[in-house]
Amino acid sequence: MSEILELKNLGFVYGQGTPFEKRAVDNVSLKINKGELVGIIGHTGSGKSTLVQMLNGLIKPTEGEVILDGKSIWAEPKKIRSVRFKVGMVFQYPEYQLFEETVYKDIAFGAINKGLSGDELDRAVRSAAEFTSLKPELLDKSPFDLSGGEKRRAAIAGVIAMQPEILILDEPTAGLDPMGREILLSQIVRYHKEMGNTVLLVSHSMEDIARVADRVIVMNNSKLMMFDTTKEVFARGDELENYGLKVPQITRIMQSLKQRGYDIPDGILTVDEALETLSALLKKEGKIW
Amino acid sequence: MVRDVAFGQYFPGKSIIHRLDPRGKILVFIAFVAIIFCTFNYCSLAVTAAFTAMFLILSKIPFKFYFKSLKVIIFIVIITSVFNLFYGTGDVIWQWGIIKITWNGIHRAVFVTSRIICLILASSCLTFTTSPTELTDAIERLMKPLNVIHFPVHEISMMMSLALRFVPTLLEETDKLMQAQKARGADMETGNIFKRVKALIPILVPLFVSAFRRAYDIATAMECRCYRGGTGRTRMKSLHLSALDVMSFIAMGLVIGGVIVCNIFIPSVI
Amino acid sequence: MNFISVQNVRFSYDDIEETKNPVYAVDGVSLEFEKGGFTAVIGHNGCGKSTLAKHLNAMLLPDSGKVYVDGDDTSDENKTFDIREKVGLVLQNPDNQLVASIVEEDVAFGPENLGVEPAEIRKRVDSALKAVGMYDYRMHAPYKLSGGQKQRIAIAGVLAIEPQCIVLDEPTAMLDPSGRAEVMNTLIKLNREMGITVILITHFMEEAVLADRVVVMDSGKVLTQGTPDEVFSQVELLKKHRLDVPQAAELAFRLKGRGAKIDKIPLTAEDCVNLLGEVLG
Repeated sequence: MSEILELKNLGFVYGQGTPFEKRAVDNVSLKINKGELVGIIGHTGSGKSTLVQMLNGLIKPTEGEVILDGKSIWAEPKKIRSVRFKVGMVFQYPEYQLFEETVYKDIAFGAINKGLSGDELDRAVRSAAEFTSLKPELLDKSPFDLSGGEKRRAAIAGVIAMQPEILILDEPTAGLDPMGREILLSQIVRYHKEMGNTVLLVSHSMEDIARVADRVIVMNNSKLMMFDTTKEVFARGDELENYGLKVPQITRIMQSLKQRGYDIPDGILTVDEALETLSALLKKEGKIW
Repeated sequence: MVRDVAFGQYFPGKSIIHRLDPRGKILVFIAFVAIIFCTFNYCSLAVTAAFTAMFLILSKIPFKFYFKSLKVIIFIVIITSVFNLFYGTGDVIWQWGIIKITWNGIHRAVFVTSRIICLILASSCLTFTTSPTELTDAIERLMKPLNVIHFPVHEISMMMSLALRFVPTLLEETDKLMQAQKARGADMETGNIFKRVKALIPILVPLFVSAFRRAYDIATAMECRCYRGGTGRTRMKSLHLSALDVMSFIAMGLVIGGVIVCNIFIPSVI
Repeated sequence: MNFISVQNVRFSYDDIEETKNPVYAVDGVSLEFEKGGFTAVIGHNGCGKSTLAKHLNAMLLPDSGKVYVDGDDTSDENKTFDIREKVGLVLQNPDNQLVASIVEEDVAFGPENLGVEPAEIRKRVDSALKAVGMYDYRMHAPYKLSGGQKQRIAIAGVLAIEPQCIVLDEPTAMLDPSGRAEVMNTLIKLNREMGITVILITHFMEEAVLADRVVVMDSGKVLTQGTPDEVFSQVELLKKHRLDVPQAAELAFRLKGRGAKIDKIPLTAEDCVNLLGEVLG
């Protein structure tokens, strides 16, 4: 697997040299492979938001380097804007950034900034709308007439239309109801599968991360605490609890059963997995058929 | 970042200045603004400057915040002082083409600069030490007599206090919007003025939309908390003048007296 | 009669006289809320739960049907402010419901509107702030606080009116997990220790599990209601309407479907582990 992004001793201090100095990210080094779906977890103030904003050059690191496709993104500070098209960033509550007259124009905004035009632009906009399940007839409406969930998806489409190599989503499901969360999450998974692009997902929902992530970054107190496969990370539930994080309920249940001496593997992440494991156990004991 | 603007912020504290009655503070401030434009010689200017310095020290707010509030207007200060420098009358002491500098011009530049600085420092001192609620509450009480002519005093002061309450929230939102649009490749740093103004649209439109949404929400929240206008309303903090306020009035009186005396006995330099 | 009685309420945001087929946000809902209870109302966005919430303190009036609060009809204009004194409403976005620039001044806003004496306001503000655990922050500016803290201030602002009931319209939707926990702990405390009736509108089922009673709404109607045990054991019904169920309940339900001997569907991890322990033997 080839790596697409590398962080080398990355650090950031807010208000450096002032009395308000505050460290947000401390010496983070890691490598992300092309085509991975990486989850980022950590409680509020752990530094994860600052970390992701350094990946597309919105925040300039005070220490260390961000290496994208083998090149430091700050090698030529004047060209930093081009990095933002390669690393697409969807902020929290992105629906608040919609501003154009039509949904179509809003989705096209970033792509036009990138320099797309004509058929290429049209294709980019329509395929982004398709990935986020926005019906074609919505594209001519004003973004302010959409429902809450549709607005959110239109805003995400605006970043996808820039055709980034890496897509970063900061709490994309915050504030949505269970159905909206479900729909959005499966669209992200579909985008990731079909495009084969790298996706970084920041989330407070451990259930969501457990379901979709290949690997998980755990941040605490501005430091990188863990970076491992999702199974491995959630198998360390006690440690996560120290960082103010909870493992999914299902993982906790299966962990407790294991501690009671049942033959159950570590790091069970979904109800489906748990169901199969328990069914197999019960069958062996002859309790179900 | 936009958030760094110190001007208009409030720093809770318990200093002598914090404890002054906001109504008194406003009156003293108005008198001060009037008197600062009546300084015509260095002696009276020194009196007002000393008075400003006294207030700043007594406010116990770190000076760096005052410097920060000055930083915002430094551009205006430089422009006006340069203009004044070149537009003086009287004996020319230095000339280059049509540009000439006179003693009168230098004096004018010094006076304009000092007056603006004193003004900004004094108003910062007022807003740093008085919470927006206190401030609007005081304005409401001072303007109460206008109720007689059906001037909507309560409504206006309520609007002011809500506006002040939302300044930091909207600044923060502007910051977030700028980051979000930059992430979509918006270019806000380069180009001519026309291009830069156009680049503001993606910030301003969402900002207005959200301001309206917030206004609607806050109106609902206020109704839920039994708001029904100014009639029959009481206030948790009742205002009353104390010895401290009387002392601030006396100090102000001394400054006014001092400036008048200086103006009588010392000739004007501008 | 119960403290709040909702009787066959219908409400549409369309003008029902002008529009041919008005969409009813609340479509024939009847519910009773007892004094001192803790009820959670769950359902999707657009299911009518927020519209219902605004009926409980006369912010909205039914197109047909009646809402009674402590015996008073909410459509009686003379009673509007009495009703809002008895039933406080906390909204979703904590930023947009704080009116003052200092925490204690914000909490004082409600009693000031009621014309309470200054000394009494002071007492109410202090005790409301203590009740939500924010007394130490009384001189802070709200915009510098975390979401959970801001929402607790909003709750204190309603508490200072000394209501008998607090209705909260998705108060945790915009908060992170720790903020959500802060708000939930505060609500449980208000309900258990101060006897305040709590009606919590939410779409987090893990919060609904903590209530005494759960009402599930869908398309403007009440889908089902009962104790959390009764409601969440109907896994099939909830899943059909694409609502969340606790993972513990889902696992037990599906195991039962495969023939495991399970009588009672567990809601918490602990109950589930105990149950599975028994089943596995």
